[in-house]
Amino acid sequence: MEDTQKKYAHIKGWGIDADPKNEPTYPMKRYTGDDHNRLNWPRPTQQPTHQMEILHSNERPNLTAVFGTSSPPSGLSGMIRRMAFKHSENSYLHWLPLILADRVNVVEGVVDDLLHGHVPNIFAEKGWKAEWKHNRKGLITKVAVSTAVTAALLTLTLKKKK
Amino acid sequence: MLAMNYRGPFRVRVDHKPQPEILHPNDAIVKVTRSCICGSDLHLYHGLVPDTRVGMTFGHEFIGTVEALGPSVQNLKVGDHVIVPFNIACGKCAFCKQGLYGNCHESNPHATAVGGIFGYSHTAGGYDGGQAEYVRVPYADVGPVVIPDDMDHDDAVLLTDVVPTGYQAAEMGGIKTGDTVVVFGAGPVGIMAAKCAWLFGAGRVIVIDHIEYRLDFVRKYAQCEAYNFNSIGDPVLFLKKATDWFGADVCIDAVGGDAAGNAMQTITGRKLMLQAGSATALHWAINSVKKGGIVSIVGVYGPTDNLVPIGNVVNKGITIRANQASVKRLLPRLIEHVKAGRIDPKAIISHRVPLQEVAEAYHIFSAKLDNCIKPILIP
Repeated sequence: MEDTQKKYAHIKGWGIDADPKNEPTYPMKRYTGDDHNRLNWPRPTQQPTHQMEILHSNERPNLTAVFGTSSPPSGLSGMIRRMAFKHSENSYLHWLPLILADRVNVVEGVVDDLLHGHVPNIFAEKGWKAEWKHNRKGLITKVAVSTAVTAALLTLTLKKKK
Repeated sequence: MLAMNYRGPFRVRVDHKPQPEILHPNDAIVKVTRSCICGSDLHLYHGLVPDTRVGMTFGHEFIGTVEALGPSVQNLKVGDHVIVPFNIACGKCAFCKQGLYGNCHESNPHATAVGGIFGYSHTAGGYDGGQAEYVRVPYADVGPVVIPDDMDHDDAVLLTDVVPTGYQAAEMGGIKTGDTVVVFGAGPVGIMAAKCAWLFGAGRVIVIDHIEYRLDFVRKYAQCEAYNFNSIGDPVLFLKKATDWFGADVCIDAVGGDAAGNAMQTITGRKLMLQAGSATALHWAINSVKKGGIVSIVGVYGPTDNLVPIGNVVNKGITIRANQASVKRLLPRLIEHVKAGRIDPKAIISHRVPLQEVAEAYHIFSAKLDNCIKPILIP
């Protein structure tokens, strides 16, 4: 052991948390037996919903004692999310509609911005200022390739129409 | 108040939002003094996590001063400067009582498979996060820990997630003295996992990634070997040879669903979203570990399915251990390590960015520009 300590002397704290008795280690080591009481622990005070719609997994009987209140479901994406939550976390019918709802929500976000008189600056939101500063050549190439591909597609489409 | 506002994949901005309010008797309102962008925030930013809603504020790594308290809070006072663990935990459920603070059953109504996490989609509870001037902190008597007077705030903010996650990755590996530990990923968590593996007595630590500046950093910071998977051929074969054809004793997946390195995994996992992210690192971990070895997973994956060689897990008798870091459980020990100079968290901070420039910060981190390792936001 002394040799080993010497070997790793350049590493501050080497072996300081080595504990052969700590095996099997986390997450197994503090088992209390309370699992067999199932959900019957003394619950924390329930956070009121104040009529806000909070969706909850159908794999649990109720809301958790606290929950986040960011971006409640609304619009078409909200309808899709409500449908998704009718299915369990075990089902693709839960997760795939949620991904779809996220994409619909992006369009809703743009519409909402416009309705509030805000034209979203997509370039700023994508952080392209940083790209310009740190990867100018890459950005110029990206824009040039995208422009060329778009122009080619437009030309092809217009030719077909003629 | 100013807060980061998610607008869709690869699109974020700063907006004025209403200040958070006390919604539960055990809530605190914290004025944020430091906030980080985490590698796992990039999974949200890239649109990989289901139920990530437009308008949400991300951010689960933050510290700040207590601005207001609910009537039942007893362990904090207004003005305390606190480390807020990224997990929201009640301290009363069967899981919290076992120290599984990352698996609380009273903090996330939207999914039973994951506990509540600040600013991490509705799949993790729908909480607005700390990339803002103020944040609501539920269960204020359970999670937050007052920052010791002599601790640098840059160190403190990294104790909310990165350091505990890296430490727990090594802990779950059940490292025995002299073990060879392979860490996949040289991001902030992988760097910490490599550093912490030594604390558990590892005899050899190897990090695998493909970003050269990060490999250079981890070689110096964690005093370990580091290899670029683009220049070593098949990484599994490389690791077999490097371990005398035996396999590593412990493999750690510190990458998760954004992994590069395998075209099929990248296309199906990251581009087409037919998997819950690209499982390249986990695939390599399973195939690189010895028979009877341990694979420790802290990389974040989505909630659906992944393509991994589960048959090899069976045939090799591998133990897989995985969890979100139980930050509250680990903080006392990690504070000791930081104070004693065994871990120097702030050394991984590469960028300090005003909150107003959050879009640039996300892009720099995501695109790995300007040798970015860890960006922190200053409100």
